[in-house]
Amino acid sequence: MSDLRDWTIATASDAMEKGEVSSVELTDAFIAAMEAGRTLNAFITETPELARERAAASDERRKNGDARGPMDGIPIGMKDLFCTEGVKTTAASHILDNFVPTYESTVSGNLRDAGAVMLGKTNLDEFAMGSANITSYFGSVKNPWTPEGANANLVPGGSSGGSVAAVSGGLAIAATGTDTGGSIRQPASFTGLVGMKPTYGRCSRWGTVAFASSLDQAGPLTRTVEDAAIMLQAMASHDPKDSTSLPMVLPDCRAACTRDAKGLRVGIPKEYTLDGMPEEIQKLWNQGAQWFKEMGAEIVEVSLPHTKYALPTYYIVAPAEASSNLARYDGVRYGFRKDGASLDEMYELTRGEGFGAEVQRRVLIGTYVLSAGYYDAYYVKAQQVRTLIAEDFKKIFADVDVLLTPTAPSAAFAEGDKMDDPIAMYLNDVFTVPASLAGLPAISVPGGVDKDGLPLGLQLITGVCQEETLFRAASALEMAAGFEARP
Amino acid sequence: MTHLIQGETGDWEVVIGLEVHAQAITKSKLFSGAPTTFGAGPNENVSLVDAAMPGMLPVINEMAIEQAVRTGLGLRAAINKYSVFERKNYFYADLPQGYQISQYQHPVVGEGTVTLDLADGSTRDVGIERLHLEQDAGKSIHDQDPKRSMIDLNRAGVVLMEIVSKPDIRSPEEAGAYLRKLRAILRYLGTCDGNMEEGSMRADVNVSVRPKGADELRTRVEVKNVNSVRFVMQAIEVEAERQVGVWEDGGEVVQETRLFDPNKGETRAMRTKEFAHDYRYFPDPDLLPVRFDDDFIERIKATLPELPDEKKNRFINDMGLSAYDAGVLVADRETATYFEEAADGRDAKTVANWLTTNLFGALNKLGKDIGESPVSAGHLGELVGLIKDETISTKIAKDVFEEMLKTSKAPGDIVEEKGLKQITDTGAIEAIVDQVIADNPDQAADVRGGNDKAIGWFVGQVMKASQGKANPGQVNGLLRSKLLG
Amino acid sequence: MSLTKDDVRKIAFLARIRVPDERLEPLAGELNNIVGWVEQLGEVNTDGVAPMTSVVETETPMREDVVTDGGVQDKVLANAPDGEGAFYGVPKVVE
Ligand SMILES: [Mg+2]
Ligand SMILES: [Zn+2]
Repeated sequence: MSDLRDWTIATASDAMEKGEVSSVELTDAFIAAMEAGRTLNAFITETPELARERAAASDERRKNGDARGPMDGIPIGMKDLFCTEGVKTTAASHILDNFVPTYESTVSGNLRDAGAVMLGKTNLDEFAMGSANITSYFGSVKNPWTPEGANANLVPGGSSGGSVAAVSGGLAIAATGTDTGGSIRQPASFTGLVGMKPTYGRCSRWGTVAFASSLDQAGPLTRTVEDAAIMLQAMASHDPKDSTSLPMVLPDCRAACTRDAKGLRVGIPKEYTLDGMPEEIQKLWNQGAQWFKEMGAEIVEVSLPHTKYALPTYYIVAPAEASSNLARYDGVRYGFRKDGASLDEMYELTRGEGFGAEVQRRVLIGTYVLSAGYYDAYYVKAQQVRTLIAEDFKKIFADVDVLLTPTAPSAAFAEGDKMDDPIAMYLNDVFTVPASLAGLPAISVPGGVDKDGLPLGLQLITGVCQEETLFRAASALEMAAGFEARP
Repeated sequence: MTHLIQGETGDWEVVIGLEVHAQAITKSKLFSGAPTTFGAGPNENVSLVDAAMPGMLPVINEMAIEQAVRTGLGLRAAINKYSVFERKNYFYADLPQGYQISQYQHPVVGEGTVTLDLADGSTRDVGIERLHLEQDAGKSIHDQDPKRSMIDLNRAGVVLMEIVSKPDIRSPEEAGAYLRKLRAILRYLGTCDGNMEEGSMRADVNVSVRPKGADELRTRVEVKNVNSVRFVMQAIEVEAERQVGVWEDGGEVVQETRLFDPNKGETRAMRTKEFAHDYRYFPDPDLLPVRFDDDFIERIKATLPELPDEKKNRFINDMGLSAYDAGVLVADRETATYFEEAADGRDAKTVANWLTTNLFGALNKLGKDIGESPVSAGHLGELVGLIKDETISTKIAKDVFEEMLKTSKAPGDIVEEKGLKQITDTGAIEAIVDQVIADNPDQAADVRGGNDKAIGWFVGQVMKASQGKANPGQVNGLLRSKLLG
Repeated sequence: MSLTKDDVRKIAFLARIRVPDERLEPLAGELNNIVGWVEQLGEVNTDGVAPMTSVVETETPMREDVVTDGGVQDKVLANAPDGEGAFYGVPKVVE
C-alpha cells in the first residue's frame, strides 16, 4: 500500500465502495504502521484484534450491500478519554489503573455503529489537562514533525496529542479528540491537521471522562475539512442521557463543504493581535484574510473587547469544575487505591499518588476558588466575565458570518520548553479558549508552514449551531491554502 | 404552652428548628433510572450513574420535581419556577461522586407554613424556610468486618425533599406535633410514606437555649439523623438540658454536630469534625437550571386532595365536631377517610365519639391500625344508625360492638341473630314492670314512701329482666307513673 | 491575596490530596502565581451581569419516572479494588 498518509476518510470510503481495497486490508496496513510507529507513543492501548474483527464485519456488510455510510470500515484512533466497553480506559492517569469500562461512551458508540474501526486508545495529557501532551502517566507523545535541519523532539500539542500524532504520523486515517479550551484545535495546528470543535452540546458527553463539564466537547481530527464533516456527522447526536445535549439534528456539514466563500462576511478580531506574537503567524493571518477577499468574501475588522480576560476566566472555571469532577477518583469503586489506616488517609494517599503534578495543581486551584470566602471573588466573577465574553461574540455574529484568527500563538515547540512556567503553557490556548467559553463551533485548518517548515493553523469561529457556515468557510480556506506539507 | 427549663440561674427557653429529610415517593431515583424499592440485596438498586462511574451524567426525574411542588403547595409555600441544582462537595465513603447534588441558592420551594394541632386543641403556626431536592447518599455498614466498613449504594440517588423549618419551635412537644403534622401532610399528598423506621423520614434537629425573655439566639447544635418522633423529643430534652448546664457552668456551647444515643439517653459530638467541611457549592454544570411555568403548577394543584387543615375546618364547621375531635380525626388520612365513610348519613358527633373512644381503644388493645380494623367504616355507621333509630340501646350497642370486633359481622345481623332488638312495645314493657314491682314489695314501699333515688334500682332490675332490651326511657316513665304517680 | 503554606495544607486536605511537607512551600508559590494572574479579572466591571449557568440555552430535559436501570451489580462491582460480598470495602469509619 502506498503512503498511508494519502488516505482520507473520503478516499478510503470511495476505494472500499469501488472494491479497490477492503477494510481488512486498510486496517492491517494501519495496524502495522501503529506498531512500527510506537516511538511516537501515540497509543496507550492498541486493540488490533478488535480492529480486525470490526474491519471484517465491515467488509461483510459492504459485500451484502449494507454498508453504513462513509465511516464504515475506516481505521481510526480513539482518544483514551472515551470509555470503551471491555477496553481499558485511562484518561492517561495512574488513578484509573486497569479501569475497564462495562459501557461504551455515546460518541465512541456512535462511531462504532457507523462502522468505524477502532485501532486503539490514543495518548493525551492526564485528564486532558495540558497543551503539550507531556503530562500523561504513560509518557509524553512525540510530534511526527521535526524542524528542518534540527532533530529536536517537538511536542504535538495537547491534550489530544496522541490523536494528532497518530493521524499526522500515518498511524490512523482520523481520530477523535476532545476540546475543553483548545485541545482539538491547538494540536491540529501543531501537526498540520484539521481539528474541529462543534457547538457545545452537539456531541454527547455521556461516557467521556469529564474534565470541565461546561466546556468539554468531542470533535474530529482529520486530514481534510471534508473528513471532519463526515466524522462529525457520525459522532454528533442528541443524547437523552446528557442533559446538556442539544435536542436538534446536525445539518449536512459535508454538503456545506462544496459551497464557496463568495459573499461571506469574515470578521478579524483586533484583540487577537498579541504583543510578541511571531511575525510568521501575523503574516499567515493576513494571508488568510487576503485569500478570503480573493474568493469574494468581505473582510471586516471587529472588536471582542473582553478577549484578554478569556484565559484567566478559563483558568478559574475549568479547574473549579475539574476539582469537583475528579472527586470521584477516590479508590473506592474503581481504579488505583493506596491503602491507608483511615478512610481519609486512603483518599489522600490514593489521590496524592494517583494524580500527576498538573492535575493536582488544577484540582487545588479549583478547590481554592470554590472555597468559602473566595467563591464570589473568583468563581462567580469568572462566570460573569464569561457572560460578557459570550455577549461579545453574540453581538459580532449579528454582523459577520465567521471569525478568522490564528489557532495558536506559536508553532510546535520542543519538549522541555515552557515546562516550568504553567502560565506560559496556558498561553497556548489564548486564541482557542474564548470560543470554548462561549460554546461556539470552531475549526483549525492548516494554513502554511513557518521558517522551520512547521505547520501553522488558522482558526475559524461561527455563532452557536452555525456549523454549516463554519464548514463552508473552512473548506474554502483549505482550498486557498493548498497545504500539502508532510512531516 | 411555654416549655421552660429551670436552671440554677433562672429559667431557660429552648429554640428549635427542624430539617426533615423526607424521601419523595418515586419509582426511580432523582438522576438515574434505578429503582427506589426498599430491601433489595446490596448494590442491586444501583446504576452506573449512582456508582459515579467515569463519564456518567445525571438526568432529572420529572416526578421528583412534581412531588416537591405538590409538597410545597401542601405547605402553603411559595413555588419557585426557576431553581438550580448545585454540587455540595465533600468526601465520604458512601458518597460516590464526591459531591451531593442538592439545591442551595435557588430551591424549588420557598417559604410556607405548617399549623400545629396541640394537645389542648389550640393551634400554632411554624414557618417553613424552604424545601429543596437532593440525592440521598448510600449506606456504610460498620459492624460486618473488624477492619473495614462496607458500602451499599442502594439508597444513593434516592429522591429526598429536605424541608427546613424556621426556628419557631419552642418545646419537645411542639417538635413532636410538628413532625406528626408534617408527616400527615406528606401522607395526604402522597409525596412521602413518612415511614421513619425504614428511614423515609429523618430529622436533623437544631437546638439552642437562651435565658427566658432574651431576644438574641445563642449558638445552636445540630443533632443529626434522629429517626423517630419520640427520639426527636428526647434528644431535644437532653440536648437543651446539656446546653443549659454548659452555659450555667460558665462555659460556651460550641457549634457542632452531635448524635443522639437513645440507649444512653444522651447526645455526643461526632468524631468527624464539622470544621473540616467547606462544601464549595456551585451550580452543577451537568444540569441546566430547572424551569417550569404556571401551567405545570396548576396541573399539580388540580390533583391536590383536601388537606388536614381544610378537612379539620370542615369537620368543625359543617359537621359540628369539637376542635379536639376534628384534630384527632384528621391526623392521618386513613382515619379521616374512615370517619367520613362511617359518618355518611349518620350523626357525625356520635360517630366521632364511637371512633375516638371505642374503636381507637379496641384497636390499641389489638395492636392494629385503622387500615386493619375488624370493624368496617360502613358497619360502624350502621351501628350508630341502630342506636339513633332506637333499634338497640347504647348499652346493647356496646355488646354488639364487641361482637363486631370478634366476627367482623354487620351489627344488624348480630342484633337479628341474637334477638337484641330493643323492646319498645309499651304493653310488653309494662308486663315486666308490673312483675318486678310485684316481686319486690318492700322496695316498692320504700320508693312510695319518698325515697325517689331507689327508682334507679328498679330500672336496673327491669333492664336485667328484659336482658337489656327494654327501652330505658320507657321503663323509667312507667316505673315513675306506677310507683310515684 | 497570598496563599500561605498553611492555606495550601488546608486546601490539599479539602481536596484529599496528600502533599509532602517539603512540597507545600513551592506549591504555594506556584498557586500564588496562578491566582495572582487570574486576579486581573478584578478590572472587569461586572455590575449587574448574570453569571453564566449554561452556554447553550435549551429546555431542561426531564425523564419520565420509570425504572430503566439497576440490577447490574456485576458491572457496578467489576472494577472495585475491594468488592467482596457485593459491597465496596473501605478502611473502617468511626462516626
Ligand atoms: Mg441538613
Ligand atoms: Zn440534606
